[in-house]
Amino acid sequence: MLSLTDVCKGYASSEGRVTVLDGVSLSLAAGETLALTGESGSGKSTLLHLCAGLDAPDSGRIEVAGHPMGRSDAERAALRRGTVGLVFQQFNLIPSLDVAANLAFQARLAGRHDPRWQADLVATLDLGSLLVRYPEELSGGQQQRVAIGRTLAARPALVLADEPTGNLDEASGDRVMALMLRLVAETGAALLMVTHSPRLAARLDRQVHLRGGRLT
Amino acid sequence: MTGPMIALSALLSHWARHRVQAALLLIGLALATALLTGVQAINAEARASYDRAASALSQDKLPRLVAERITVADYVALRRAGWPVSPVIEGEALIGGQTLRLIGIEPLTLPSGVAPDIGLAGDPTGFLTGKVILSAEALNDPRVRPAELPPGVALTDIGVAAGILGPEISYLLLTGDRPAPPGYALIHPATTDLSQLTESFHLNLAAFGYLAFGVGLFIVHSAIGLAFEQRRGMFRTLRALGLSARALTGLLLAELLVFALVAGAAGVVLGWLIAGALLPDVAATLRGLYGAEVGSGLTLRPVWWLSGLGIAVLGMLASAGQSLWRLGRLPVLAPAQPRAWGRESARAMRGQALAGVGLIGAAAGLLAVRGLWAGFGVLAGLLLGGALMLPLLMAALTRAGQRLPDTWARLDAGDVFINEQLALRRGLAPGDRVEQGVIAGIYPDYGNPMPQVILSWDRHRALYPLPVLRYALITDIPAAEIRAAFPRVVVEDRAAIRKASVAVFERTFAVTAALNVLTLGVAALAMFASLLTLSSRRLPQVAPVWAMGLTRGRLAQLEFLRTLALAALIYGLALPLGLALAWVLLAVVNVEAFGWRLPMLLFPGDWLRLGMLSLLAAGLAAALPVHRLARIAPAELLKVFAHER
Ligand SMILES: Nc1ncnc2c1ncn2[C@@H]1O[C@H](COP(=O)(O)OP(=O)(O)OP(=O)(O)O)[C@@H](O)[C@H]1O
Ligand SMILES: [Mg+2]
Repeated sequence: MLSLTDVCKGYASSEGRVTVLDGVSLSLAAGETLALTGESGSGKSTLLHLCAGLDAPDSGRIEVAGHPMGRSDAERAALRRGTVGLVFQQFNLIPSLDVAANLAFQARLAGRHDPRWQADLVATLDLGSLLVRYPEELSGGQQQRVAIGRTLAARPALVLADEPTGNLDEASGDRVMALMLRLVAETGAALLMVTHSPRLAARLDRQVHLRGGRLT
Repeated sequence: MTGPMIALSALLSHWARHRVQAALLLIGLALATALLTGVQAINAEARASYDRAASALSQDKLPRLVAERITVADYVALRRAGWPVSPVIEGEALIGGQTLRLIGIEPLTLPSGVAPDIGLAGDPTGFLTGKVILSAEALNDPRVRPAELPPGVALTDIGVAAGILGPEISYLLLTGDRPAPPGYALIHPATTDLSQLTESFHLNLAAFGYLAFGVGLFIVHSAIGLAFEQRRGMFRTLRALGLSARALTGLLLAELLVFALVAGAAGVVLGWLIAGALLPDVAATLRGLYGAEVGSGLTLRPVWWLSGLGIAVLGMLASAGQSLWRLGRLPVLAPAQPRAWGRESARAMRGQALAGVGLIGAAAGLLAVRGLWAGFGVLAGLLLGGALMLPLLMAALTRAGQRLPDTWARLDAGDVFINEQLALRRGLAPGDRVEQGVIAGIYPDYGNPMPQVILSWDRHRALYPLPVLRYALITDIPAAEIRAAFPRVVVEDRAAIRKASVAVFERTFAVTAALNVLTLGVAALAMFASLLTLSSRRLPQVAPVWAMGLTRGRLAQLEFLRTLALAALIYGLALPLGLALAWVLLAVVNVEAFGWRLPMLLFPGDWLRLGMLSLLAAGLAAALPVHRLARIAPAELLKVFAHER
């Protein structure tokens, strides 16, 4: 589903060029779940962004669903509409749309809106009473449930999640995480999730650790 | 809904949640479009009138024979001797309750192509027997074709005119290149036409229009800037959800286009109303200043819709250009320090404002170097001063009279005065010679496009032994007494003329004052829009200060004082700039464009009033944003921390 070969990535900073990823190789099969851990600043978000095509690696190969990552912005945007779904640490909901519209948004953008599947999601994520509210009227946990619902409503083959529960307290974090794992399993998607928590990481099929720009 | 439509609807949903912003954007663009199309409509209407005048009255362009008195017998004698002449009787007449310029022509001898196609072929007897008088005022006669004639002019058969004005022939039109027969003087018509005379007036109006347009675009610019800034997060999200940068830009362009078309349509209608309201005063001004007749009816031409919508779209693109350009550079991933971005953009905004001021200054500089009609920047500089020009005109006129008497004596000695136009055209100074004599002085001659020489009576006789066309005497005897004693003498009452010209200027000022108020209104709205924008942009800076313990009331107070101080500062900068612009207009542009110069007069009392006004306007514009800040819910300020990205 996802494969990285010798991926390198650095940033220009005030102290010169900083290498963040230094030859990362990784592969993820369809339906597999993988936890990515590492210290703050180790490059976890950077890696995820590369997989989503939000940024381009300095060198190395990235393949998603058997196809090499496109070079043009339009190709990579199409990848995010079609195959890859993103869940961010910050929820990135559209503030001027209500919950219902936010939930349906990505599926509609991808041309895969399925009202029955959405109704299922609303029930599972317990969002029924919040549909006409706007994001600013929701708590952090509620917003994250909407964000997860938005991603899964489009039925992506690969879900990339960057500390989706990082903003939540432990109890609600656990609840949201349980929901997400259940839904990912239901849709048969592969999941690459960044997390700080070893406890959460242990619930996924595999774990990798990023240190010094390499995976261990 | 398809993908792009769903994304567009997400973009548009922002406006439903920010109605004031949407309204400001629409109002700003509509006003800008309205003032510009309105002014252009007025100018187009006036110019169309001049064109009609030029085409309908091309007998004005033929050489004329004049003499002290031309009778029908004189005319017949000339015709018999083979002179290709055609008689015209012309004068003012009261017809159908209106004073019209009545022109009596003799259709059979009139050179072809001189009069408009008056349909003589259809009904020659009607015209010849005076049953048909042609006039734009149309007198409800179905045989009249109003479009053919300029307003205020009636064309009729010479027999009819003789019945109304008396049998004396005013002049004879002469075809062909011939010298005058003995006893007659040949007058070649002046080459100027109305459009040349009135050009300065229209330039001023156009200047106003462009000024208002520019100011209106500031509103649009700040409303768009705010909308883009507030949606930055949404743009990122959309990109992350799979919208390409190009698609996003395309959608935003579509969104702006929708706004531009809506605002443009409203602007055209509004502009039409403005033009309709101002046209009577403009017409009165043009009649009073230049004797140009402009109809006061306005037709909503289809081309206005096109140009109005075009103006709106161009204005929108111009004001959104910067925001779109920034969007292109917006990284999908949030920069490490989001607030640095905000700080940078606030600084950029202030820098822009200063750059704008500098640009106007540069435009004025460019003007001195490159002459006149070159380019956009030059116009921008022109506009601001345009408003100042007309009031100065009057003050200058009163002063002009005082300068001349000192040198009258030299005129009697055979020297001449020339006008500024002639002096500039030929590079002459007092002491130089012209054909008519030594130049004793140069006099200002506002509004006249032609070179002119004033010489003494004796000198004129010596140089031009023509039959005398007109005598004029200046006297202190009251006009009524002369009229009673000499009924045939034309008396011009100077006091009355002065009164009439003051009245004309009052009408002129009414037009400029109305445009002034409209433009200032737009400017105030622009200030309000940008303060509103700035206030929400400053929230991230204000929130931490609030968190550190400054009350909202105190914060609001500080913001208010800051705004006033800023206004005072800008006033201090704007005043010398305005004066510089005025100087450029008076001493450079006007001289290059029209060949005459206006003295620059200063009115410090007005500056003071203006200063108070601008402080007041700034205070009013700041009132709402500041009031909001004083009352802002703590939750709003907390959001700054919660939603930071
Ligand atoms: N746009 C950028 N410009 C320069 N340096 C960057 C940029 N983005 C990230 N970095 C640097 O790259 C390194 C990795 O950042 P990244 O955000 O991937 O870390 P992370 O593992 O996700 O950390 P965290 O757990 O805190 O989210 C950091 O040292 C960061 O400072
Ligand atoms: Mg991270």
